[in-house]
Amino acid sequence: MAPVSRAVDSLAAQYILGLGDDALVYAQRLGEWISHGPQIEEDMALANVGLDLLGQARALLGRVGELDGTGRSEDDLAYFRDEREFRNVHLVEQERSGFGFEMARLLWFATYQRELYAALRASTDEVLAGVAGKALKEVDYHRDHATQWVLRLGDGTQESHARMQEALAAVQPYVAELFEDDAASAAAADSGLGVLPSSLRPATTAWVRGVVDQATLAWPEESRWRARGGRDGVHSRPMGYLLAEMQHIARSHPGATW
Amino acid sequence: MTKSLVAQAIADIPDPEVPVVTIEDLGILRHLAVDEARRHVVVEITPTYSGCPAMGAIERSIEHEAAAAGFSCEVRVRLSPAWTTDWMSERGRERLREFGIAPPAVRAAGLAEGGPVALTLQRRLVACPQCGSTDTEEVARFGSTSCKALRRCRACLEPFDEFKAI
Repeated sequence: MAPVSRAVDSLAAQYILGLGDDALVYAQRLGEWISHGPQIEEDMALANVGLDLLGQARALLGRVGELDGTGRSEDDLAYFRDEREFRNVHLVEQERSGFGFEMARLLWFATYQRELYAALRASTDEVLAGVAGKALKEVDYHRDHATQWVLRLGDGTQESHARMQEALAAVQPYVAELFEDDAASAAAADSGLGVLPSSLRPATTAWVRGVVDQATLAWPEESRWRARGGRDGVHSRPMGYLLAEMQHIARSHPGATW
Repeated sequence: MTKSLVAQAIADIPDPEVPVVTIEDLGILRHLAVDEARRHVVVEITPTYSGCPAMGAIERSIEHEAAAAGFSCEVRVRLSPAWTTDWMSERGRERLREFGIAPPAVRAAGLAEGGPVALTLQRRLVACPQCGSTDTEEVARFGSTSCKALRRCRACLEPFDEFKAI
């Protein structure tokens, strides 16, 4: 294996931290579905999707600790940062609600991740390119899973159609943030390490629109407000509760292993 | 113990989740170098899925086998090139079938390259590992582990796991 560069590059670290935090926080949310799914197969499916994301987060956060010069481990980054230091988008931190909401959220997020990882296979960072090549195959399955559920619910009964339609509208205000460029992503795109989030929007939207159309659903209206600030560490109310649950054992017993 | 014996002991480590196949059969073992003079082995493994929880157990098994043979060892985890079910050996596929798990049905090469897939429920022929019938249906795309899907045979009515092609 070729030696990996350890030069400090804090903007690159910030960019990868956003990707890693998206995966980590959504993995935590998806894990909440275990024993809450509409059927046991769905408990397992969402747990497996979350596990894939957790694996991606571990590799990405490990790389962040190398690039930012602090030498922090994946665990240091996951358990010992406070809310303002997390760079995930608001979409992934929103509370678990109905199953339709989860499928709408997963459809957008997995489709976005698929475009993201497809592009990052060409990253100049060897670790990032490796993670992307591996994760692409995984998120392909995630997108397929969400797609099939949105089709089934949208083109199902009157009740399921109405609830899927509501879920699409509920997710809509959180979508735009996925595609917002910032200083870290601009620098990453410039250097060839990353990709501009805005460049992923057309292909992502085209896929989701195709699913929504075929599911006989209406495209949700643009909401009058939209979530923002996640990449700057400004989060919404559910984030603190999520972190409390995710971090409390590691913080109560620092250094414990099991 | 000779060089080939320590190498063989490591290659023969069973997968913790599906113990009828070895890490070599699965294609998890990517590289194995034995330095006889320094009594040292370097092993490279790759996870099947990013979040595969078996990786830690496999690393410990490798360290255990090396130590038992009197060797120090270094285990490296590499992500690239990404693992594919195409690396599974014919022997591994046959053992999975005997164990009751349908081996990956299609070659995965290029699956992720194919661009948008039509929004239809896919109809693949997957043979039941119990009775051999191809009259089977998918129950859940995500089965007991990330790498498996859950299917049911309509001929013998048995449920079974299928190793997903990736």
